[in-house]
Amino acid sequence: MYRILEKRELTPVTKLFVVEAPLVAAKAMAGQFIIIRVSEAGERIPLTITDFDREKGTVTIVFQEVGKTTKMLGKLGVGDKILDFVGPLGLPAELPEKGHLCLVGGGVGVAPIYPKAKAIKQDRRPVRITSIIGARSADLLILEQEMRSVSDELYVCTDDGSKGFHGFVSQKLKELIDSGAAFDEVIAVGPMPMMRATVETTRPYGLKTWVSLNPIMVDGTGMCGACRVSVGGQTKFCCVDGPMFDGHQVDWTEAMRRNAMYVAEEKIADHQCTCGGGSK
Amino acid sequence: MTDQKKKRVEMKRQDPQVRRRNFNEVAQGYTAEEAIQEASRCLQCKKPMCVQGCPVNVKIPEFIKHIKEGDFAGALRVIQETNSLPAICGRVCPQETQCEEKCILGRKGEPIAIGRLERFAADFGKNGGNGGDSPDGGDCNDADPNGDDCCNGGCTGDDSRLKVAVVGSGPAGLTCAGDLAKLGYKVTIFEALHSPGGVLMYGIPEFRLPKRIVAEEINYVKRLGVEILTNVIIGRTLTLDDLFARGYKAVFLGTGAGLPKFMGIPGENLNGVYSANEWLTRINLMKAYLFPEYDTPIKRGKRVAVVGGGNVAMDAVRCALRLGAEEAYILYRRGREEMPARAEEIENAEEEGVKFMLLTNPTRILGTPDGWVRAVECQKMTLGEPDSSGRRRPVPLKGSEFEIEVDTVIMALGTSPNPIVSKTTVGLQTHEWGGLVADEETGATTRPGVYAGGDAVTGSATVILAMGAGKKAAAAIHEYLSGNSVGG
Ligand SMILES: Cc1cc2nc3c(=O)[nH]c(=O)nc-3n(C[C@H](O)[C@H](O)[C@H](O)COP(=O)(O)OP(=O)(O)OC[C@H]3O[C@@H](n4cnc5c(N)ncnc54)[C@H](O)[C@@H]3O)c2cc1C
Ligand SMILES: Cc1cc2nc3c(=O)[nH]c(=O)nc-3n(C[C@H](O)[C@H](O)[C@H](O)COP(=O)(O)OP(=O)(O)OC[C@H]3O[C@@H](n4cnc5c(N)ncnc54)[C@H](O)[C@@H]3O)c2cc1C
Ligand code: SF4
Ligand code: SF4
Ligand code: FES
Repeated sequence: MYRILEKRELTPVTKLFVVEAPLVAAKAMAGQFIIIRVSEAGERIPLTITDFDREKGTVTIVFQEVGKTTKMLGKLGVGDKILDFVGPLGLPAELPEKGHLCLVGGGVGVAPIYPKAKAIKQDRRPVRITSIIGARSADLLILEQEMRSVSDELYVCTDDGSKGFHGFVSQKLKELIDSGAAFDEVIAVGPMPMMRATVETTRPYGLKTWVSLNPIMVDGTGMCGACRVSVGGQTKFCCVDGPMFDGHQVDWTEAMRRNAMYVAEEKIADHQCTCGGGSK
Repeated sequence: MTDQKKKRVEMKRQDPQVRRRNFNEVAQGYTAEEAIQEASRCLQCKKPMCVQGCPVNVKIPEFIKHIKEGDFAGALRVIQETNSLPAICGRVCPQETQCEEKCILGRKGEPIAIGRLERFAADFGKNGGNGGDSPDGGDCNDADPNGDDCCNGGCTGDDSRLKVAVVGSGPAGLTCAGDLAKLGYKVTIFEALHSPGGVLMYGIPEFRLPKRIVAEEINYVKRLGVEILTNVIIGRTLTLDDLFARGYKAVFLGTGAGLPKFMGIPGENLNGVYSANEWLTRINLMKAYLFPEYDTPIKRGKRVAVVGGGNVAMDAVRCALRLGAEEAYILYRRGREEMPARAEEIENAEEEGVKFMLLTNPTRILGTPDGWVRAVECQKMTLGEPDSSGRRRPVPLKGSEFEIEVDTVIMALGTSPNPIVSKTTVGLQTHEWGGLVADEETGATTRPGVYAGGDAVTGSATVILAMGAGKKAAAAIHEYLSGNSVGG
């Protein structure tokens, strides 16, 4: 089980795997995620379900190599097995039935917005989709073709101007809103600072903005409480109450601080990974 | 009776000053001589009271007789007739309120150390004896506790067996599965986590229950022909209805009580505040105490406060010491008498240097400007009238607030059942507090063919009660599937 059937290097640090996981594929819905473990000594880490094929029994994941576990994962190739692969976890995204939806994806966050757009198009819902995707530079941009195929309009942004709009996705969003794009709803997924900037962009317009939070998790079934986030003054467990929340209600300062809880330890683990020592 | 005969044979324990800094087992177990000596104290009562005190009625005098005669494998066989997890029960059963409380010798002296002898039989019956635990069946890769490929139908060729699904691999699920396999059913356990064992694996720390022992007991159940599929969450990966659709004729729910509670006081989301579940899961299941050899990190607090007074709180605080805490506190809102933890564990914690702040209740957690725990503010309490639990209700003393400087706070306030299965299944009733509604004798739930037991039904209880419930349900499922339906 959990054999890797296909591997694509989307950028030097972003990889796509198609994984054999029939039980997960049978139940997966847009917005849900899985938890993996790569080795016996490994950590459990969550990754969004980017795509799935119920008939073939496969699940697609896209991940950015940021630390020890994702780097070890990236070293696996076609035919290798992922040790543990459990899901689908979290609540499916509540997608609009009609109207104009703006999808905003930053960095590896483009991967999680793709299944949402795809689900809407597959259901033939009368929803117009405008997508804004971005990355630091052109070579780090992912899934542009895929996103184009499920969007009515697509805008590409890069921080360094090497492709498309020169600037952040949130700046592009503001430009579109100001020039009269009447969005009914926004879904933004990406690094915390990008989601926060997007939420601050839409707040003055009272424009409903969903975000997909990515706190540190352990079990993913509501058992540990590691993933707690404050939304509208209430504590929520992201793995069972989320991962999508109303971005205007999220306590971003707390969420970002909690995500940085193990920065010192992550450096130690990552160093071991890069220099070949420690666990495998 | 001589004085010496009144006293039980002591069991060696690691020195408190040494053990407070390591994760090795605290209690070292009897040697063969010590076990025989202790076994010789048993009066071999004709009407043994001790057996009545054991929730699964282990044939105590019988197994003790085997030990006395030096037949350790025989002792283990006798225990295993009614208890499939003896190495675990011998270590973690609250014997002082069960078998040993009833032992006749306890009236005039110390009761027989039944738990220690059971542990001895389990450990020695296997290693020293000729293996009281190897029934027929295939050889499943023993070393690998996650061997989910194990027994994929390979252990026994007979596929006409009726299929039964067991959800959750804690003591309730393991026992139910083991009994059903012995009765000739084809049993599959579905476990949400990557390792089977439930609380035995993720909750109870290595120094009280070595994970090697848990893995051995799980392998015993596997050798009975039980298949264990890890990484399957019923209610997510498969629903209960999917199980019936896949040909399982009955289902046992042993999903435990895994949801943590928080107090709802300010500051609980500061960095450095853990639920006991997260703290213990990181340490036991993920082996964070071996970081960076293992990848999962944990914050090694220097000054740690654990809120609560049960076994879970004791385990959490003793783990904190072993991770290097200079000060480790128990904050408990009632008095020592009211603490639900086992007396032995409270003593162990005290010996290791844990400071008990009783009649003390946290009111908020205070943080540093960058959001880490700095202190916990507490209130002094007094005890008022008895409440519904029969214990005296703690009442706050106005104006008694004070601060304790800590960098880590662990909430060990009890847990409740996970709603994932009940929420995704039609016809399964729960109590308001989340527990599954089930018949006390049979475990039958409100849905035909579905049985439940253990913490999922009772809320947090004990290993042996969970096993007892698994046993009763196995018998009821057998009756149900052989035609004379009971309950469900
Ligand atoms: C619901 C959810 C969906 C996600 N989907 C994706 C995805 O599709 N693609 C992708 O590339 N990333 C995704 N992430 C983030 C991904 O889980 C982290 O990048 C990964 O855990 C990093 O692990 P590491 O060992 O490689 O790096 P580390 O060096 O350990 O950590 C780097 C950063 O990742 C975060 N992190 C660390 N450990 C965990 C953990 N156990 N759980 C969650 N976050 C952690 C922390 O903020 C940390 O600072 C998702 C996170 C969540 C919660
Ligand atoms: C820290 C701690 C210390 C303890 N110390 C003692 C002690 O010293 N002595 C004692 O007698 N008792 C002790 N207990 C209590 C005892 O461990 C429990 O009462 C017992 O484990 C309950 O067994 P169970 O089989 O009902 O559930 P659990 O052991 O909780 O097992 C339930 C299993 O089901 C799995 N599961 C849950 N939901 C699903 C799902 N939807 N799909 C698939 N799998 C699922 C879980 O992952 C878990 O593995 C302690 C408990 C804790 C937490
Ligand atoms: S199972 Fe527990 S209660 Fe029963 S005899 Fe053994 S230690 Fe005592
Ligand atoms: S009651 Fe005590 S003395 Fe009597 S059989 Fe049981 S253990 Fe032995
Ligand atoms: S990850 Fe443990 S409760 Fe959400």
